[in-house]
Amino acid sequence: MSKTIALVGNPNSGKTTLFNALTGSNHHVGNWPGVTVEKKVGYVRHGGVDYEIVDLPGTYSLGAYAEDERIAREFILSQGADVVINVVDATNIERNLYLTTQLLEMNVKVVLALNMVDEAEAKQIKVDLAGISERLGVPVVPTVASRRKGIDILLDTAADLINAPLNGRPHITYGEDLDGKLARLQDLLDGLRLDYPRQWLALQLLEGDGYAERLMQENEVLKSSQELAAFLSELKPRAEQYQLEIVDYRYRFISEVTADTVCRPDEAVPTLTDKIDKIVTHKYFGLPIFALIMLGVFQLTFAIGEELLGGIVAGWIGVLGEFVTGGLSTMGAPEWLISFLSEGVFAGLGAVVEFVPLIVVLYMLMGFLEDSGYMARAAYVMDNIMRAVGLQGKSFISMLVGFGCNVPGVMATRTLENKKDRMIAILINPFMSCGAKIPIYLVFIGAFFPEHGGLVMFSVYGLGIIVALLMGKLFSATLFKGEVSHFILELPPYRKPTLRNVLRNMWDNVSGFLVRAGTVIFAVVSLLWILAVLPTGVEPYGPASILGRIGTFVAPIFRPAGFGTWQAAVGLFSGIAAKESVVATLGMVYAGVDSGVELIEAIRSVFTPLTAVSFMVMTLLYTPCVATLGTIKKETGSTKWMAFSAVYTFVLGWFAAVLVYRVGLLLGFA
Amino acid sequence: MELRSLVDLAAGECGRVQRIAAGANATKRLYEMGFNTGAQVRVMKNDFGPLIVALEGNKIALGRGLAEKMLVKKLERL
Ligand SMILES: Nc1nc2c(ncn2[C@@H]2O[C@H](COP(=O)(O)OP(=O)(O)OP(=O)(O)O)[C@@H](O)[C@H]2O)c(=O)[nH]1
Ligand SMILES: [Mg+2]
Repeated sequence: MSKTIALVGNPNSGKTTLFNALTGSNHHVGNWPGVTVEKKVGYVRHGGVDYEIVDLPGTYSLGAYAEDERIAREFILSQGADVVINVVDATNIERNLYLTTQLLEMNVKVVLALNMVDEAEAKQIKVDLAGISERLGVPVVPTVASRRKGIDILLDTAADLINAPLNGRPHITYGEDLDGKLARLQDLLDGLRLDYPRQWLALQLLEGDGYAERLMQENEVLKSSQELAAFLSELKPRAEQYQLEIVDYRYRFISEVTADTVCRPDEAVPTLTDKIDKIVTHKYFGLPIFALIMLGVFQLTFAIGEELLGGIVAGWIGVLGEFVTGGLSTMGAPEWLISFLSEGVFAGLGAVVEFVPLIVVLYMLMGFLEDSGYMARAAYVMDNIMRAVGLQGKSFISMLVGFGCNVPGVMATRTLENKKDRMIAILINPFMSCGAKIPIYLVFIGAFFPEHGGLVMFSVYGLGIIVALLMGKLFSATLFKGEVSHFILELPPYRKPTLRNVLRNMWDNVSGFLVRAGTVIFAVVSLLWILAVLPTGVEPYGPASILGRIGTFVAPIFRPAGFGTWQAAVGLFSGIAAKESVVATLGMVYAGVDSGVELIEAIRSVFTPLTAVSFMVMTLLYTPCVATLGTIKKETGSTKWMAFSAVYTFVLGWFAAVLVYRVGLLLGFA
Repeated sequence: MELRSLVDLAAGECGRVQRIAAGANATKRLYEMGFNTGAQVRVMKNDFGPLIVALEGNKIALGRGLAEKMLVKKLERL
């Protein structure tokens, strides 16, 4: 039987870094609070024993305000861990120990991993490890998770603790008055058969915590005690006051622990972080700097990804395509197989995969920003605008995550406490242009705007943000009225991004891209290929094929937007399976082995610069892919919202594309 | 003792949290994050939009509306 070790701690304290170091996993790490929003499990064998390691979302307390914190809390309360590793940021010990205090109250076995001791040293914070360990009654192990320091000792310590009996806990006082009430509650609970330590339950009841209340309603044992119920209703009116008093007493306990065990240098001199923040959060320059950073990212992406590395993969695909199809035809393989490979696989899939270098560069730059600490600053500078449309800065983080992929983007809304904020953030996330749409833009940029790639990408992404904000405004004024919630966000210190994190986060996106190419997109291409060559006898990829007929039937919808060809219609609909399919489909129907160049030429002959723009606007805004729709269903718990999301985005995309086309025509573009 | 709102402190000034008059949830959240009675905060930025305050050397952005409801005692020198 394996033992379970849970990683618990404040947001951004290094839990996932530690988890990766312990288990050899590759989960997402970033220098901003709220990266992990679901429970993750990994395994490690140590000293001949198997351990299951559980990584949890960060939380400041067991109070659970948002969904991610609720997940952490539920796991801790389920008592599913044999031992808890409490990851504490050594530069911020006092505040991190708040959660520790709550763990001690629960009477779980705790090891304190004092993480980031490298940064604490740099800040000249001195810590008496033995002293803290003694005061808290738990072992303390210093670690530098990002450099895998202290990992073995930490595992040893946790393993020892699993086998050891729970030792004495420090006494935490909540003041005479509350201590008296707690004692009375404990008396009332005495003799009842309960799943939780009495002491802890008494504290929960006194706080009038929602969880305790639910227990009171559901637990037969608790319900049956008349006296308890009477006492609780006596306490209830003052629950809020008790809560705050209890928090104060917990912090009083912490200051007793840290008074002579933690020593900070006197008045901190402005750090590098402070200096950078002076500039990037500046009241006038903050937003322009954010825009410049994004523009810089896209310009660099094109400079490196397209001009330097651009042709490489396309070249390989071309050579490989010629080689395979050439080889097969000399071997006398059937005509249909060669046609499927050259037009379906190499032209279709190839058109998607050839953009991998560019996507690699883009996501390395994004990963760099993410691991530097800038994300939280972007949320900060956006708060004013977000507030103007009825949202708040924290929602912007989920939008930024959506730039990678809308699936984690939608999930990132779990950190939003307010239900209204969360629903709106979910519904507008698909406007954040994801990595899978990039090949679409690239094909059209290649065809019409090869000199201005970075600028076009920047405009597309910018338009996505603007539409998201406008829809946010609309939703908060109609469907989800209610007060704007408060903005509270920790701004972590800037850190030098580690190569490991940057590469990992890039690979997260790129591997998803490749996997989709090998699965969904391959399936779409195969299916569409069959539809494109049937019924036998018709001209393949012609309007008389089944695919052509379906496309021709749908195409008139898009005529007002300027791209009423059956190929465009089929491309757009295939994109709902996965966005790259749009390009794969176009690549296939305008087929050829040397796909990239030919596709671009074909596009040039079918589209005009104006219809290219309206088509890009449509692809930016219209119906999210099925994976995103599935996530929307899961996170809202409602099929209705999923359907709503699928339909309203389509309608919006259509109107926007038509608007662009019509206005463009009026202005004399063609 | 003269209480003032956190938004009345200029950048560079320090205060000690005395009371928070926001909604029950927000108040408890702030308390648990370390803005409890007696906590020392230093205002790092207070000009436009959310404030940035330092708490035990870490920086936290706080919406203006929320900061208005946080009552502090201004500290002359830390
Ligand atoms: N200097 C230093 N940085 C660290 C250390 N451990 C983690 N980091 C960095 O701290 C940041 C946060 O790390 P994560 O592992 O994502 O933190 P987390 O606790 O999982 O965060 P959430 O999932 O948001 O709660 C990353 O930039 C890490 O590279 C450490 O010991 N020293
Ligand atoms: Mg994490």
